[in-house]
Amino acid sequence: MATGIRDKVAIVGMGCSRFGERWDSGPEDLMLEAFNEAVADAGIDFKQIEAAWFGVCLEENNVGKTAGPLAQALRLPRIAATRVENACATGTEALRGAAYAVASGAYDIVLALGVEKLKDTGYGGLPVRTRGVANDLWLPNSTAPGAFAQLASAYAAKHGVSMPDLRRAMAHISVKSHDNASLNPKAHLRNKITEEDVLKAMMIAAPLGLYDCSGVSDGAACAIVTTPEIARALRSDAQVVTIKALEVSVSNGEEASFNNWDGAHIATARTAGERAYAAAGITDPRTQVHMAEVHDCFSVTEAVLMEDLGFSAPGRVIHDVLDGRFDRDGAQPIVPDGGLKCFGHPIGASGLRMVYEVYQQLHGRAGERQLKKVDIGLTQNLGGHPHQNVSAVAILGRHGA
Amino acid sequence: MNESETTFGLLATARYVPRLRLERSEILAQHRWMAPGLKSLAKGRRAVANWDEDSVTMAVEAGRLLQHALPSSATRELTLVSTTLPFAERLNAGIVASALDIDAGAVLRDTASSGRAALTELAAALRGSADAGPRMLLAAERRIARPASTQEMIFGDGAAGALVGKGAAIATLVAAGSTHADLVDHFRQTGEEHEYGWEERWVRDEGYMKIAVSTIRQCLKDGAVAAGDITQFVMPAPMARINDAVAKKLGIAATALVSAEHEAVGDLGSAQPLAMLDIALRAAPPGALILVAAFGSGCDALLLRRTAVPCPGTVPDAGRSDSSYMKYLSFTNQIELAWGMRAEMDNKTALTAAWRDHARASRFEGGRCSACGTVQFPRSRLCVNPECRAQDTQQSTSLADVPARVMSHTTDFLGYTPDPPFQFGHIDFEGGGRVLMEFTDTDVGELSVGLPLRMVYRVKEFDPKRGFRRYFWKATPVRSAADNATKGGN
Repeated sequence: MATGIRDKVAIVGMGCSRFGERWDSGPEDLMLEAFNEAVADAGIDFKQIEAAWFGVCLEENNVGKTAGPLAQALRLPRIAATRVENACATGTEALRGAAYAVASGAYDIVLALGVEKLKDTGYGGLPVRTRGVANDLWLPNSTAPGAFAQLASAYAAKHGVSMPDLRRAMAHISVKSHDNASLNPKAHLRNKITEEDVLKAMMIAAPLGLYDCSGVSDGAACAIVTTPEIARALRSDAQVVTIKALEVSVSNGEEASFNNWDGAHIATARTAGERAYAAAGITDPRTQVHMAEVHDCFSVTEAVLMEDLGFSAPGRVIHDVLDGRFDRDGAQPIVPDGGLKCFGHPIGASGLRMVYEVYQQLHGRAGERQLKKVDIGLTQNLGGHPHQNVSAVAILGRHGA
Repeated sequence: MNESETTFGLLATARYVPRLRLERSEILAQHRWMAPGLKSLAKGRRAVANWDEDSVTMAVEAGRLLQHALPSSATRELTLVSTTLPFAERLNAGIVASALDIDAGAVLRDTASSGRAALTELAAALRGSADAGPRMLLAAERRIARPASTQEMIFGDGAAGALVGKGAAIATLVAAGSTHADLVDHFRQTGEEHEYGWEERWVRDEGYMKIAVSTIRQCLKDGAVAAGDITQFVMPAPMARINDAVAKKLGIAATALVSAEHEAVGDLGSAQPLAMLDIALRAAPPGALILVAAFGSGCDALLLRRTAVPCPGTVPDAGRSDSSYMKYLSFTNQIELAWGMRAEMDNKTALTAAWRDHARASRFEGGRCSACGTVQFPRSRLCVNPECRAQDTQQSTSLADVPARVMSHTTDFLGYTPDPPFQFGHIDFEGGGRVLMEFTDTDVGELSVGLPLRMVYRVKEFDPKRGFRRYFWKATPVRSAADNATKGGN
């Protein structure tokens, strides 16, 4: 029986562009910036790459269709290349394609790259777009903040907590993200803020104010994956970082159309998390996962994900957040790089950016934000809206950890 | 069977008035500098359609009121009257009939062009065959008057309806009369938004006092009824005291004059005769004689006798006071505000997809699994219940009249809507079914988890590029009359 890809795939090199409003850079510049870093990190020649998975979400706003834009930007020598898209979980999907290709034995060295050039829309936030001609006939043209804001109303109602208490915890999350990003030279939003700033900010979609929302950024991130054996041969000086689990779960319409979802959690995150824990042999995520990069597109998303991933007991996240459990110096640091909230959110790149931070922390290369102990780290990448989405969970660690 | 249940006549009437009521003092405040004379009209409020209401959606609401009043009557004929139909070609009554789930074999027609059109149709229906099956008559109007015109003050938006057939009639026809006369008191050329009118005093003297008076006089004569025996006199008029003068000339008692609800609603155009008839019928005692007349390119007059059957259905509430004249201008497309790039989205409708699942949008049709009973929207081939997943077991079920509650909600200031903020959320229906829906006619701060909701048929999006609009259902809070009475402000 299949048991996943634990320790079958190593990440040998990673790169990540600076995220932000990269007015002077096109997708090609962003891709090359991340790619050059990764190739140098891996210590390989680009010709050693045999296949590539390319993640772009909003191609109509960006590079267009197919994996051609990747092959052109990097002048890849007519290798196999596949474009993938799974909304905001696109980056992890690219990594999944690459990792599973290596695990299958089809290739030795594979590239996963995600890019998004969002700041060509002319306005803040994500671009408006069709949801499919049949859906447009009845679905509200909802925004991402409006979709995720509903988590807060349902969570408060379900657990009988007051909205001001929930908002205080949400504010703490945003203050933490800004604080973490202030130590990250590649982050989009590096200013420090206060809880008062969050609570007094302009309302975007009640109860989410401006500072409850992640940045919309340009950026690219990539990983070069191979077998642990090849990784050891290529970089005998460095420890080998392997993928312990890489699981995806996709909503089938049950949350949106059946009456058993409470609206206060991300069902796919629970499913993908459970599968990933099983594959990685994790039985107590609260202690065995040393750090995590989660899909903190909005402060409330990070909050509910803490419960979905088993980092907080059901209904307890407000207490854990306010107790500082998830702060950089807390027991279980969450998004030490600033997360989507402040590192930024170039959609196709975000999943790979999360892995990039775990990878840096595992190698002890996270600079001023280096955490004390990281043997196992987790990423959770979410595409879509709470009621209909894709969740990808990756667990990474030292080879043998 | 009770004899009163097999009478042919008027079975029910209904009025729909949009929730928004613009304070006329606010209209005056904007125009006082150039039209101080509007002050004499600046009393009370006028009904204003929400941005997502048009003559079709308001007619649907009036039709639903009739259906709720008499749930057992299956309409065999539907006539939609309006001078402001959204489509010049596409059967507007067809949109209404689809939303009302009127049988595909029913006869439909759109009727337009004059303020008396609804009475012409009502007379025809009441004179028609008693065995033809129930006929629904709906009239709706959303007229846009030029800013600072008296019409802007006088007009109201709304709809009214009547159901004619055999059953427990609330009124029967005594006599009807009609006169056509191309006396052009006002006109609006096809494609034009605003009307052009002539001096009101001339309209009164040459129009109402001559044409209306003679038509009504003939109608009374045909019915062998003395003017003094009329207890309810219904006649929309653009000017105060026209009715008094007409009644006096005819010998109808001043106490018989029925209020036009000018200070709460405004003149509903072609829907006004039916709306005022609804008011009159509800006030009339058994046996009362009601004279309803409508003027416009001639005159129609109907003489009705009230029965002892109570008028079924409900009456409109007081609505919600609104004080933004700019919002009114924007809702009526008379000013183009800077909505930002999010408003530039192309709302092209795939007409093939729209027809394929037309009942989904028109009737809010979902599915009920015959295997496990799960209700779901949209309907799909496989049941959404993970314990069931049966294939092709879903039977049509409409959510349009099913009570619902808020499961989660937001008030979004980012997304584009002609009436910010954009409020939407997940709705759970009684007995099952969950849908992510837009809210309409909902105040900021009004939403909460568990709030009771009902569904209303509205414009979902406009496609200005192609001159199309698409409709769908939206959720709105269930309010008691007491809730509304306390609502005010902007």
